[in-house]
Amino acid sequence: MKKLLLGNAAVAQGAYEAGVRLVSSYPGTPSTEITECMATYPAEEVFVEWAPNEKVAAEAVIGAAIAGGRAMSCCKHVGLNVMADPLFTDAYIGVGGGAVFCVADDPGMHSSQNEQDSRHYAKAAKIPMLEPSDSAECLAYTKAAFDLSERFDTPVLLRLSTRVSHSQSLVETGIRTEQPLKDYEKNVPKNVMMPAMAIGRHVFVEERTGRLAAYAEDCAFNTVERHAGGIGVIASGISYQYAKEALGDRVSYCKLGMVWPLPERLLRDFVASCETVYVIEELDPFLEEACLAMGLPVQGKRLFTPLGEYTPSMIRRVVLGEEPAPVRTPAETLPARPPVMCAGCPHRGTFYVLHKLGLVVSGDIGCYTLGAAAPLSAVDTTVCMGASVSAAHGMAKVRGREFAQKLVSVIGDSTFIHSGITGLIDIVYNKGINTVIILDNSITGMTGHQDNPTTGKTIRGEATRQVDLIGLCRSVGIDRIEVVDPFDTKRLEQVVRQETQCEEPSVIIAQRPCALLKKVRYTGHCRVSDRCRKCKVCIKLGCPAISLDAATGAVSIDPTQCNGCGLCVGVCPFGAIEKEED
Amino acid sequence: MQTNIMIVGVGGQGTLLASRILGNAVVRRGYDVKVSEVHGMSQRGGSVVTYVKYGDRIWSPVIDRGEADIVLAFELLEAYRALPWLRAGGKIIVNTQQINPMPVITGAAEYPRDIVGKLSAQADLTAVDALELARRAGSEKAVNVVLIGVMAKNTAIPYDEWLETLRDTVPARFLDVNLRAFALGYQL
Repeated sequence: MKKLLLGNAAVAQGAYEAGVRLVSSYPGTPSTEITECMATYPAEEVFVEWAPNEKVAAEAVIGAAIAGGRAMSCCKHVGLNVMADPLFTDAYIGVGGGAVFCVADDPGMHSSQNEQDSRHYAKAAKIPMLEPSDSAECLAYTKAAFDLSERFDTPVLLRLSTRVSHSQSLVETGIRTEQPLKDYEKNVPKNVMMPAMAIGRHVFVEERTGRLAAYAEDCAFNTVERHAGGIGVIASGISYQYAKEALGDRVSYCKLGMVWPLPERLLRDFVASCETVYVIEELDPFLEEACLAMGLPVQGKRLFTPLGEYTPSMIRRVVLGEEPAPVRTPAETLPARPPVMCAGCPHRGTFYVLHKLGLVVSGDIGCYTLGAAAPLSAVDTTVCMGASVSAAHGMAKVRGREFAQKLVSVIGDSTFIHSGITGLIDIVYNKGINTVIILDNSITGMTGHQDNPTTGKTIRGEATRQVDLIGLCRSVGIDRIEVVDPFDTKRLEQVVRQETQCEEPSVIIAQRPCALLKKVRYTGHCRVSDRCRKCKVCIKLGCPAISLDAATGAVSIDPTQCNGCGLCVGVCPFGAIEKEED
Repeated sequence: MQTNIMIVGVGGQGTLLASRILGNAVVRRGYDVKVSEVHGMSQRGGSVVTYVKYGDRIWSPVIDRGEADIVLAFELLEAYRALPWLRAGGKIIVNTQQINPMPVITGAAEYPRDIVGKLSAQADLTAVDALELARRAGSEKAVNVVLIGVMAKNTAIPYDEWLETLRDTVPARFLDVNLRAFALGYQL
């Protein structure tokens, strides 16, 4: 029977059926569930891990493949930037066992800091890329990617996008085919990439690209579907699904399941057979520019947009000139509902204090990025994983001591391990005086609770050696380390003042577990008593349970939203908020 | 034949489980189905939207404006926000719970008044106090299953099949509460 599977779960099933032996990833929406699903398969069959970052994960996969086993790493689009260094050279080395790198783009930026198009990586690194459009294809393409990898001696990229990764559709699952380890032999010309050898391998890479392009012409994933009328559509991935929904049988399709290298003859023949051809692709005009470079008269971005997600109605309007039927709309402007830190979130105490002190806050990637939103409004910058620490170092060096004493970095425990530690070493080594606050909530939060090297558990929940954050910071040369409960806002404020003022680098570990962890059991609810003087200090916490009546200035706490964490009780200057047990 | 159901609410309300229950129920009927979910940052207390589409052959997993047969709303403001997605003749089922978004909490914006009145003037509306029914079933967290119960009556899927789906989808230790919650919603 067919099963309803998330695209990500189908990728995992495909890798499992293909006999994958090692999966190493760092979590990143929308790719996270692939690796989580992998950990549901037997440990004897596949070794699955969360790596400290995507580069480490990719290198583990490269090693496993050289050693003869099939291996996979999964990341979001910006994670591919982190793994790009090993990936570009693995393109030269190739594989023993098949190596698949799965990357999930996020058009519309549901959970991301940019909207980059990962297809450019396939072209730049000179490796093939497959792109499924639903869960059944996720399974089939993943399996095929391993075969392709071994057949052409190349790592293979599998490109997903949010709507493919996070949509469930029907899948026929199969059984696992065990793949014996390929023999391991020392092979210096192939596996040691220094100039003398890499020169030879580059020749191989260019020749391989030619063979892959020939393969693409007959690849079963590149299909042409003909219908009457002169309009043709070239599409891949989720854009193909949108096009089919919008245009049905009124146009012909060239669906590309392999988006690099491209089948030039197939595209030429398709375009020649149509009167007008539209390239329908979210993000960059990747396929369109390739077609134009072949001299093919196609239309695309000039009519569509490089921004955000496409919709069937947008496609219908452009291709068929059909306007959507009018819809009913609210008669008033509705208040937005941006994401917020949860009730009981440990980060709230930290950002309340940082906002109160008016510090410049160099931010990072995680739930705590939400510290930028009103009313906490505490974060000044967010770039990428780890940049809170290293960017603050640069800020302090150009603006001097006084600025450095009004500056802090905030970074989560998992993000600190990912790439914050290297920035901290930079600060120590180059005589910075920065203060770094590690928001240690005992989990990788934003991506939905993954363990990491600081939690003491593996992806399969087994106990393991836990990175000691204090010992780690001390060992790189931080002498001043304070551990504070972020809900003890008075002490945190005093510690932040003291550490920012001192003339040497320091680390503050703000330690309290994520309120959504099962082990965290807040009880009761908070209530505003008649001692309330309407000072609105509690409103500055940005707690989703505490509301202000704009007309009367009265404050109330919604018992369905409050989890009784008690942060507001401690913050109220008049002792007007009380905790009630149920 | 195609049915488009849009489930809207606030991150943390359990819309994801609701869409999965619905998805599993329609798979049993042999339909093609796609369920589009929301994970990651937007889940954190923000507006969340999931789509369930089923029929003979489903292409896009996303529902366009003007194409939802049913909007199942876990919260009043989110029901109002979803109005443009409702097709002519479509139905809104709304939980009467009000959860203030941050601009309302800080006093920067006002929560719209009388959303139930405004929506019922523009659409076929069923308003239900699902939170109260969930409490009666034994857990506030069962709001999602109460609402699935209300919606289930508007589909061609028989009662017993819904119960079987719940047994397959909901963790065993929460099953009793959820079966009671479903029945309370269905019997409305």
